[in-house]
Amino acid sequence: MPTLKRGLTLLVTVAATLLGLLLVTFLIGRVVPIDPVLSALGDRASAESYAQMRTQLGLDLPLWQQFLRYVGDVLQGDLGTSVLTSRPVLEDVLRVFPATLELATVAVVLGALLGVPAGVFAATHRGRWPDHAIRLLGLIGHSVPIFWLGLMALLLFYARLDWVPGPGRVDVFYEGMVDPVTGIVTVDALLAGETEIFWNAVQHLVLPSAILGLYSVAYIARMTRGFMLDQLRQEYITTARVKGLSETRVVWGHALRNIAVPLITVIALSYASLLEGSVLTETVFAWPGLGLYITNSLLSADMNAVLGGTLVVGAVFIALNLLSDLLYRLLDPRAR
Amino acid sequence: MTAHTDTRSAGWREWLTTDTPQSRAQARLGRAWAGWTAFRRNRLAVAGLLIVLALVVVAALAPVLAPYHPYAQDLNNRLMPPSAAHWLGTDAFGRDILSRLIHGARLTLMIVALVAATAPLAGLIIGTVAGYFGGWVDTVLMRFTDIALAFPKLILALAFVAALGPGIENAVIAIAITSWPPYARIARAETLTVRRADFISAARLQGASSLRIILGHIMPLCIASLIVRTTLDMAGVILTAAGLGFLGLGAQPPLPEWGAMIATGRQYVLEQWWVAAMPGFAIFIVSLGFNLLGDGLRDVLDPKGD
Repeated sequence: MPTLKRGLTLLVTVAATLLGLLLVTFLIGRVVPIDPVLSALGDRASAESYAQMRTQLGLDLPLWQQFLRYVGDVLQGDLGTSVLTSRPVLEDVLRVFPATLELATVAVVLGALLGVPAGVFAATHRGRWPDHAIRLLGLIGHSVPIFWLGLMALLLFYARLDWVPGPGRVDVFYEGMVDPVTGIVTVDALLAGETEIFWNAVQHLVLPSAILGLYSVAYIARMTRGFMLDQLRQEYITTARVKGLSETRVVWGHALRNIAVPLITVIALSYASLLEGSVLTETVFAWPGLGLYITNSLLSADMNAVLGGTLVVGAVFIALNLLSDLLYRLLDPRAR
Repeated sequence: MTAHTDTRSAGWREWLTTDTPQSRAQARLGRAWAGWTAFRRNRLAVAGLLIVLALVVVAALAPVLAPYHPYAQDLNNRLMPPSAAHWLGTDAFGRDILSRLIHGARLTLMIVALVAATAPLAGLIIGTVAGYFGGWVDTVLMRFTDIALAFPKLILALAFVAALGPGIENAVIAIAITSWPPYARIARAETLTVRRADFISAARLQGASSLRIILGHIMPLCIASLIVRTTLDMAGVILTAAGLGFLGLGAQPPLPEWGAMIATGRQYVLEQWWVAAMPGFAIFIVSLGFNLLGDGLRDVLDPKGD
């Protein structure tokens, strides 16, 4: 019964958070100094058609009714129509989202592969130079403007050294050659059996995902270090050492296994922040994902697209937060 | 002469480190001294403090320090590499990049100061009120905070700026609106640890109003944690503001805002790399300074951390 109650509380919290997000995007949409009637009709509309359109859009209703209408529309998957592409915003968002997903996923995998060992290493060398070096590297990683680092990396690795291809997801002549089944170019290329395009896409992924992943390395390493220090103080670690196990087995076999659960939640959380952080990275690398879609729409004052994109990123962000919370409860018996 | 100064400074040190301070001022100064000695041992934190102080000095003396006017164009000398005349080179309008960076320090400092003056204050008020009154006030305010905490900050800041219109003031408002929730959480946690304390009850029995207790007794105790968190967050604020500037949503040309300068340098990055590289380097140094300072302050003011 307590489980049921807790589940209900969680559900209510998530619903309230999503509703709060909807309220924010709704209010932002209301304060915009763009008249939605004029943007739908053009500024040569007659007074009658203006009034008619106003009623049709529900703008003569009280604000709370307009909000209910907005929530209803969103729940039915209607995020309005983009002025820029003149397609439904939801359709646009679904088309560009896989690119962001691909970038953020590779980035978080890189972040975890580097961050976890770095954190463990810092913890086992606490107070000595590797610990300080990793801490300093983390601070540096948190201080670099990611868009600038991306530009500089393009300058060095693409323009000067020619180690990686330039911006974009694949070379121009490969563009549109594989059917977008999942929308994730690497997966689609493999599905189509185009290994050449697959490798090209992988090469295009390396630089942006490394830059984006760098951002999460610092956070993951810092958290891993903290968890690890807590574990290494425990008695079972002393027991394992007394038994004569090698230090490697004690650290990587015993201690690391016990911090797996909180680590998973940390990685899920940094995944969420990477989805958001991809906005600037995508702009620099001309990566046609949700971030680039939102910024392009911003610059052409396409509010439906901006707010629709914001809503989708926000919902995914909240969902990932919830997922990390659930995973923690599910995997860690002490949290039950 | 030297002996005299030595005894005098030794006397000061003794006065500061005494176990039995004679006045409130002496006790306070003694505590500050103890904090400073702990802080001074952390060389990285001192480096951070120096960077932040340098930012303040450069911003204050910008017209004196800058060799050129930040808007002075010289189309014969556009996109020149770093040289003796232009230490960091010139941009697409022949403007001196060093001078623009120096004047840009003012904008950076202004953004940091405005956000630091508003968001932590809002969080402090919400957090202390929620923690002090408890009950339904706490539930409502903290639910609200939790909801706001779950939002993606950068994306919301983007949407706010889109709604309010691009510009440096609106960028500051957007950043402040999206960054208050963590401060409210911290202030509430600090309030909860002291609200049942005897000195609070004593103040209440003397007839102090809730407002007086919150303002005079609770808020001062929350300040230390908030300062640490604010300092650590300032690096993020600088990066967000620069990101908004880079996307063309923050400061508008010809303002020498560092993020916007990177955006204009972007189209020349493959040939004239310094136009984009220099402002990015300035952003990096300054936000590293705030991070180092915040990290050091945390060790001094908030030893619970590690």
